[in-house]
Amino acid sequence: MTSENTNSPRAVGEASRSKKTRLPYYPGCTLKTTAKNLEDSALATAEALGIELVELPRWNCCGVVTSLTDDDLMHHVAPIRNLIRVQEMNAAGLADGETRLVTLCSMCFNTLKRSNARVRERPEDLTSLNDFMYLEEDYDGSVEVVHFLEILADLGAEEIGRRVKTPLTGLGVAPYYGCTLLRPKEIGIDDPERPTIQNDILQALGAELIDNPYKTVCCGSYQTVQDKHAVAELAHGILTHARAAGADVLTTFCPLCAFNLDNRQREIVERHPDFETIPVLYATQLMALAFGLGPESCRFDLNFVDPRPMLSSKGIMKEEAWATRQA
Amino acid sequence: MGNQTGMMERISESTRSLTTGVDTKDVEHWVMIYIMGRGYRVPADLTIMTAMEFAGYRLIRSCGCRQGFCGACATIFRREGEYKLESALACQTRVEDGMSLVQIPFSPADAASYDIASEAYAYSVFSKHYPEVARCVSCNTCTKACPQDLEVMDYVQSAIKGDFGGLTEQSFDCIQCGLCAIRCPAEIVQYNVAQLGRRMYGRYGSPEPAHLKARIAEIEEGKFDEALDRLAGASTEELEKLYAASERESDG
Ligand code: SF4
Ligand code: SF4
Ligand code: FES
Repeated sequence: MTSENTNSPRAVGEASRSKKTRLPYYPGCTLKTTAKNLEDSALATAEALGIELVELPRWNCCGVVTSLTDDDLMHHVAPIRNLIRVQEMNAAGLADGETRLVTLCSMCFNTLKRSNARVRERPEDLTSLNDFMYLEEDYDGSVEVVHFLEILADLGAEEIGRRVKTPLTGLGVAPYYGCTLLRPKEIGIDDPERPTIQNDILQALGAELIDNPYKTVCCGSYQTVQDKHAVAELAHGILTHARAAGADVLTTFCPLCAFNLDNRQREIVERHPDFETIPVLYATQLMALAFGLGPESCRFDLNFVDPRPMLSSKGIMKEEAWATRQA
Repeated sequence: MGNQTGMMERISESTRSLTTGVDTKDVEHWVMIYIMGRGYRVPADLTIMTAMEFAGYRLIRSCGCRQGFCGACATIFRREGEYKLESALACQTRVEDGMSLVQIPFSPADAASYDIASEAYAYSVFSKHYPEVARCVSCNTCTKACPQDLEVMDYVQSAIKGDFGGLTEQSFDCIQCGLCAIRCPAEIVQYNVAQLGRRMYGRYGSPEPAHLKARIAEIEEGKFDEALDRLAGASTEELEKLYAASERESDG
């Protein structure tokens, strides 16, 4: 590979040894409010890998949940407006001509990528949207919406393994995917039935991979607002199967899955008194831990089921060093 | 500061209806405007507000400061041959030939009541009092409606992100005219959302200015009691004289 080819994902690792790769980054509302532990750990992890995720100077809600109706373009305005912001960022010289837009929340990823696919397939829809947003420059369809996991996978396990200071030896980690990273398959980043994209990364961190078929079972998504007990039952199934397969913790990239699997353990315990709680982490929190990036980056204090006792019992972190952030 | 005598006269002059005493013989350029559908011939260099007065309306509502600060004079208009309904402040916008217009003196919008001392400094304060903010579809209609040229959509988005500082900055010049809320398809009351955000930022987010702290201490020590008593006892005439002679303190 030639060194000037820095636009290819595979060149990221090489660039990290010399100069930082800058990638436009879309956070989304949840990462700025309830999922700071995903954002902080991912930004720190990326930096350690020589990638600077540069937040779009101006962005709005991703649109949350793609509209699938033929004649409802209104709900594609928000996602496409965000893609225009990537063009603006480049015009302002802030993104080195990079057209990839990195997402961390898998719901944002899903919404932005599906709208992008829709306007690329149907130019007449793009024209209508551009006409509606007449105060903005036209979206030209050039942005590639990617998920941070894809950047990591392209970087490769070897490159990630090189940064590990504290291997997660003896920690059984069950990767969980849910739906929005994988479906529909046209936009998913991996096989929707048998995804493996987290495997190499977790193994590179030294963790014991606990693969189990519940990794793609739906967490209940927004039903959590309507019927928390129904969602708690779904989460109960996912969590107990992971535990039975030997998992000490689960990993995800979705704040909504995380909420349903982690916070809903409160309701699970009410219904199933013998249920033993199990930590649910963002994969990037484990990466930050393995890279030795410190508690400010891991933000374990924001997880509902505190993962620190489990991690210290495995000897992966010293309890005193991580016990409080309040000090 | 130099010669400020006559300031009171100038202030009252500038807030008086400008059409008073206009001699129509002297007016060279005229335009036709349509107020609530009825046509009037008015001098071309008037604002919408003064043109309405010229046409014979006496404004009791929809008129306050006449200076673009109070937000009372929200107006909806359409230019001749255009399909678009636009909005403006009547006191700040000149009439154009063929303009159709109507004033919106008041928006009966929902304003939540809360005690900022007992609210959490987090995004949840918006979802609690104005849950509809989450419905914003980023259509930018509010921004197009704003006569203050604010990025209204962006400040609503700042609320959704829990970015109190950004919201304060972006909405600071809002004069609560209500035009954004009237046009929002998501039924959001942008300006009241922004006011809640600015109040929260003022209390919890912005750094406490040192000079304010020092001044409050002085006030509490009674440094200004005597001067205040003097003002309270002064006649209107004396007050006017004092006002005209006053100097503006620096913001430092
Ligand atoms: S933000 Fe809304 S209420 Fe405030 S000045 Fe603009 S249009 Fe008027
Ligand atoms: S008009 Fe309403 S829905 Fe549209 S951008 Fe403004 S706040 Fe959002
Ligand atoms: S009258 Fe106050 S802003 Fe127009």
